[in-house]
Amino acid sequence: MTDAFAGDGGRPDPAEPGRAWVFGDNIDTDQITPSRFIVSSDPDELASHAFEDLRPEFSGSVETGDFVVAGENFGSGSSREHSPLSLVGAGVSAVVAQSFARIFFRNAINLGLPVLICPGADAIEDGDEIHVDLDAGVVTNHTRDETYEAEALPEFLQSLVEQGGLKAYTKAKLDG
Amino acid sequence: MSGKTLAEKLLSAKSGTDARAGDYVEADVDVAMAHDITGPLAFQTFDEVTGDDGELFAPDRTVFTIDHHAPADGVQAANNHNAVREFAAEHGAHQFDVGDGICHAVLVEEGFVGPGDLVIGADSHSTTYGGIGAFGTGVGSTDLGTALATGELWFRVPKTLRFEVDGDLQDGVYAKDLILRFIGDVGFDGCTYMAAEYAGSTIESLPIHERLVLSNMAIEMGGKTGLVAPDERTESYLERQTGNEIDLGDAFVSDDDADYEAVHTYDAAALAPQVSKPSNPENAVDVTEVAGTEIDQLFVGTCTNGRYEDIKVVADILAGETIAPNVRMVVVPASKSVYQHMLQTGVFQTLTDAGAVIQSAGCGPCAGYHQGVLGDGDVCLATANRNFPGREGSMESSVYLSSPATVGASALYGEITDPREVETKRYDDTVFAEVLP
Repeated sequence: MTDAFAGDGGRPDPAEPGRAWVFGDNIDTDQITPSRFIVSSDPDELASHAFEDLRPEFSGSVETGDFVVAGENFGSGSSREHSPLSLVGAGVSAVVAQSFARIFFRNAINLGLPVLICPGADAIEDGDEIHVDLDAGVVTNHTRDETYEAEALPEFLQSLVEQGGLKAYTKAKLDG
Repeated sequence: MSGKTLAEKLLSAKSGTDARAGDYVEADVDVAMAHDITGPLAFQTFDEVTGDDGELFAPDRTVFTIDHHAPADGVQAANNHNAVREFAAEHGAHQFDVGDGICHAVLVEEGFVGPGDLVIGADSHSTTYGGIGAFGTGVGSTDLGTALATGELWFRVPKTLRFEVDGDLQDGVYAKDLILRFIGDVGFDGCTYMAAEYAGSTIESLPIHERLVLSNMAIEMGGKTGLVAPDERTESYLERQTGNEIDLGDAFVSDDDADYEAVHTYDAAALAPQVSKPSNPENAVDVTEVAGTEIDQLFVGTCTNGRYEDIKVVADILAGETIAPNVRMVVVPASKSVYQHMLQTGVFQTLTDAGAVIQSAGCGPCAGYHQGVLGDGDVCLATANRNFPGREGSMESSVYLSSPATVGASALYGEITDPREVETKRYDDTVFAEVLP
């Protein structure tokens, strides 16, 4: 299985432009990873079923470095880490949404998948080319020549991400 | 400075800090749980952070269940089950197997969780433990896997949304109707990043099995946990149920001057039975608005409403009756002990005589895996907690959510029916205990 949490440069760089896949409000974990497929914990296998019922063309067309963009309450429902993991497996660079459900947000951070809360994300249309400046908290839309401000991560989470995420943080703690 | 909420007090105690909403704390975990879907991923994390010779932070307070795909409905599920069994045996953790029941039912019944505990579960309905005054919250597998090694986890201390309910519920109206109404009022994300707290004279008079329903579905409004201040009812329930001695300190009540994000007040007597329409729990309406809707399947069970008292309410309605010919009813007890109670008290016989199918204890078709999956165009009325598109099977199926009483009444007519039109009972906390051997 791929180490989804490598944080070693194996992840795509959100500063590089990619296609925006735009979804609506309240996209729950059943819609991201339909429950019949989550007997697997493999990111690539999960990626092959991501959004399968909602947008069957997603898994076949998504390219490494693409972005998922959504409305309010993205990732609601189950605690299954399979949902952010499927997006990691699909090579999604970052998820930009107007708001996130709590457990999805937490899981994504722990997995090293950048998540940005961006109230202006609804201006992004499916297929737009965007990139994200994580440090500045800015989303740039190349197709529309617009920028949108995103909320910067709280200090605690930033330090967690900088240390390489929760696994690296915990390893360091156990070794210390 | 204002007083503290129950959530702030619990996380202060567990982090050794003066925790206030918005603070980030590292807190000591009392109990950690994962099941057959989330366990395998957490085990990978655990192995990765600890190396080859990792030890659990507390094997006696670590619990693994096999409930979601139980008994195994495919090879991959069976392999997941074996992974859970092997990890539990290797590390000396508690493990419950196929047919033992749903994690949230088992942890309460078996006395793993008590008031004031910090409980993390790799399952979103881990909010359930708030019903007995524990800070129960759902986490992902990476969170759980690291906490298994350290016994600690980071938390943002939540603000609290308080729901105050006073007065007597009408006959045929239960905690399930209350929580569906709350979710309908604040919305599916109305409590995101916050703790829900349930209080008032109605909540104080609710038996524990109904309080657990309120806490269970806190997640359906985005809640991090759903708390009821533990009281004498909690104490006597747990002592009777588990034989454990329960010590209620004085730290488990929100201060009078605690700072809430908002307080929602309700008159219990004015509440009608609720039904959440497809395809979101927030679509709650009075049952009268959807009465007459034809249904194909009825589902009684889940970590929300699969307890003995819930199933007995249905059996009371169906005693001596026959389920309408156009519908099928699937009953899935939440735990083995519920299953055995049903056998001992005749509930099993009553339900099968009426035409119901009774499955072994577990999650059943709630998440669309097995044991009663819906086909294209099927309409289901369920005592479950979620009705997202495709939740119980086909994307072309639809699920309505309600209390067990509404499901029981609807079974008689094959269409959504107001349970106030039939005789319904309400059980206190003793009915489950009194038939124990």
